[in-house]
Amino acid sequence: MSKITCQCGHENPFGTVLCERCGRPQTEEAKKSKLIDMRYEGSARRSQTYKKSIVDKIWNFFSSVKIGVSIIIVVLATSAIGTLFPQKLFVPAVREVDIAAYYEKHYGTAGVLYYKLGFYDMYNSWWFITLIGMLGISIIIASIDRVIPLYKSLKKQRTKRHVSFMRRQRIYGLGTVADADMSMTKAEEKLKALRYKVKTEDGAILAERGRFSRWGPYVNHTGLIIFLLGVLLRGLPGFYVDETLWLREGETRAIPGAPGYYLENNQFILDTYSKEDDAVFSQAIDRVGTIVSNYQSDVTLYKETESGLPGQSEQLEFVKDYSIIVNKPLNFDGFNVFQMDYQLDELKSMTFQLTEKASDTSLGEFTVDLINPEPTYRLGEGTYVELKDFYPDFDGMEDGEPKSKSPIPNNPAFIFKMVTPAKPDGEMSFVEIRHTLETEMNDYKATFLSAETRDATGLVIRKDKTLYILLLGGIIFMIGVAQGSYWNHRRIWIQKGEGDELFVAGHTNKNWFGLKKDLDKVKDFANLPLYEDRQDAESSSDEVKGDNS
Amino acid sequence: MELASLSANLLLVSFIAYLVATMFFGGAVKGTNSEATYQNNRWGNIAIVITIIGFISHLGYFVLRWIATGHGQAPVSNMFEFTTAFGMMIVGAFILLFFIYRTPSLGLFALPLAVIIIGYASMFPRELSPLIPALQSYWLTVHVITAAIGEAILAISAVAGLVYLLKNIDLTKKSKQRFWLESVMFTLILVVGFILSSSTFAVMGYEAKFTYVNQNEQQAQVVYNYPPLFGMNEYESLTPDKMTPLAEMPAIVNGKTLTTLVWSVATGIVLYLLLRLILRRPVATLFQPFAKKANSQVMDEIGYRSVLIGFPVFTLGALIFAMIWAHEAWSRFWGWDPKEVWALITWLFYAAYLHLRLSRGWEGKKSAWLAVIGFIIIMFNLIAVNLIIAGLHSYA
Repeated sequence: MSKITCQCGHENPFGTVLCERCGRPQTEEAKKSKLIDMRYEGSARRSQTYKKSIVDKIWNFFSSVKIGVSIIIVVLATSAIGTLFPQKLFVPAVREVDIAAYYEKHYGTAGVLYYKLGFYDMYNSWWFITLIGMLGISIIIASIDRVIPLYKSLKKQRTKRHVSFMRRQRIYGLGTVADADMSMTKAEEKLKALRYKVKTEDGAILAERGRFSRWGPYVNHTGLIIFLLGVLLRGLPGFYVDETLWLREGETRAIPGAPGYYLENNQFILDTYSKEDDAVFSQAIDRVGTIVSNYQSDVTLYKETESGLPGQSEQLEFVKDYSIIVNKPLNFDGFNVFQMDYQLDELKSMTFQLTEKASDTSLGEFTVDLINPEPTYRLGEGTYVELKDFYPDFDGMEDGEPKSKSPIPNNPAFIFKMVTPAKPDGEMSFVEIRHTLETEMNDYKATFLSAETRDATGLVIRKDKTLYILLLGGIIFMIGVAQGSYWNHRRIWIQKGEGDELFVAGHTNKNWFGLKKDLDKVKDFANLPLYEDRQDAESSSDEVKGDNS
Repeated sequence: MELASLSANLLLVSFIAYLVATMFFGGAVKGTNSEATYQNNRWGNIAIVITIIGFISHLGYFVLRWIATGHGQAPVSNMFEFTTAFGMMIVGAFILLFFIYRTPSLGLFALPLAVIIIGYASMFPRELSPLIPALQSYWLTVHVITAAIGEAILAISAVAGLVYLLKNIDLTKKSKQRFWLESVMFTLILVVGFILSSSTFAVMGYEAKFTYVNQNEQQAQVVYNYPPLFGMNEYESLTPDKMTPLAEMPAIVNGKTLTTLVWSVATGIVLYLLLRLILRRPVATLFQPFAKKANSQVMDEIGYRSVLIGFPVFTLGALIFAMIWAHEAWSRFWGWDPKEVWALITWLFYAAYLHLRLSRGWEGKKSAWLAVIGFIIIMFNLIAVNLIIAGLHSYA
């Protein structure tokens, strides 16, 4: 494509609206307009210039802010719909059928629709992820499309601008002053005092301040892209570990996801606020009831010694003791262990007594460890109880067979075979906590005496190598957004015309109020001609009348 | 306990100060003709002094309550505390912008907003409450305060937008914009309806107790502070001398919430209709004269500027600090909890605002409407997400 040569002699790239050097309008449209569009300095953007090939079309699609904003709005709206009812994640069910039933039970027809449309797992759906991906592409392309031409034209801008450029600025004034040279010198002095970078050229002043704020949007977009890349990386193996570990008091287990590390639960503590110790809160405690003040797991961390064989728990080396509480995870080797859940008073063991029914005499007691039950319990000569079957979490019969819901001993049930010298063949008995079932009339029974309980703690193990990438993205975003929001790029042009005539023009990317305040100071000090804000019909008259400073 | 009651008195002082300051700002706007005289007018000066006194007293409430709880974290852990602090920050943000732009019109609308918000806050339990383990972290102070400051500055944008719209929408002719502006007024009146009805029954000490069967088919108890219009699922009254509910709700509908809602809306509608009967024109016209003196360009600029100032603060507080804390307390930096999602929605919305303004030239009315919608989203996140949508942030 051919270059556009401006009257000033500068060669502009094809598609330029305002000459990079002198600011003269280059297109018919710009020449006709009263105020010129100063966004991106009227530079040649790829998306505005090339529109033919497929690549152009894709580029133009994603570089459009209209498209970008539309994607934002769609993400926003779908995210909102996703909060209408709880997401799948928060539903206490695992099987799809149960999840569907949950939505129907709690939210009726709307719930069924919500489930059927897939809104119950909105944020993991392919189309939501696609939308985020499109947003990322849009951010990259839209930024590149703008930042390069903007950089070039700001770099090439000349101090002396053509009158046609000045005349089309939002802030513009033309007038005759007493002594133009004097005003120019004083204006330069004042502008420097206001910390503007001042350049002069042949009866023209360009005062500029805060140009770096123009890069703010591109810096913050870079931060966002880094953040999104970080999120993407979590999909790769080794970057991200997320495991759960239930640990009973006294137990030592290998930490899932962290090979070679073991954790022992010494004690789990749950504290609540009391009206005596926390008197200021007594009203709140009265209203709400019990309020928990602390969940805590006192643990010991071990590491497998290098010489030891994997899985051999004798070869453990003490690393440290730690109390994991909410907000204070245990940290080691890039892993974090969080206090997430607990189970109080989980059954540990149950003690039974073997009794002869008729005489009500005891033949001895035995204790069943509910985690590692033994197959037989010897009570004396020829007397023993065999544990034929064990259901830790008994959940009724299915096809005539007892079944267990989970391996956690919430509702233990046993099938005992009781052997005594009188009954060497043994008698079978099905024992639940408050219930005994016999197939035939037995002479003996196992009666429940007592149970021992202990607490279990629910821990979550995380390792996230992407965190630093995400944090870096966040920091860069914040720098960029602050740079673009708290500073602005102000430019003031002052030029000599015929005789003692002076042109004044100003532009800022934001905060026109601040620019006008600066310009007023310069105007009063250097006796510049009055200017007007051509977008403010209301106060321009006021400004003329009034003393605004 | 003394600290706590002193702190409550300071809050009352600031509440009254804001009301008085509003009147002085009204005087400042009424008594001037042009922009120039309007800026340094005596009424305006008195008004801002009273506002600052109110703000200092409000800050006193905050600090004393902080000390009184003794748990070391800022008093922002439940609906009353957070909403009151949010009101304080709106006043703070207003003071900041007042000193940049010196426009009393802004105060005339920002202070009543703060008053309504503090009034709304007072409808929730006000006693000092201890922190549950998840909240015992200095991130509570850091995250909540930063997020609230961001939201408060963004709220000022909505105030400026409202002034802009009141000034620039022709209320003499029927139009879509007039309808929506009137709807905004109506919504504000609904909030006043909630405050009025709730405090009336609170003063009367109304209480009706019921047992009912909840969603998980368990027996539970509930106390109504309004005469129960709608009963909970399979309710049985424990206070037979009180009103019997008109209708019983299924388990998926919370009859108590519905009762509160219907009472508030009904009170609001009655208030609105009364106003319309007296005025015989849209309620917005009542406020329009107070907006007429404002300079549109300055209001537009304040609206934009406050988004520019507030957006980075909001990002830092409501997203970045939030993620850091969420990682520490809940083991993940992001979990699609409704409050998190709505913070993201707010952020996306203001990002859209900035892009539309910067690249598509949405200024004036369009931008003002967006600012008002943004504030509605913020309030939705504060009210609906806490009270209606269940999630990890439901502390009230």
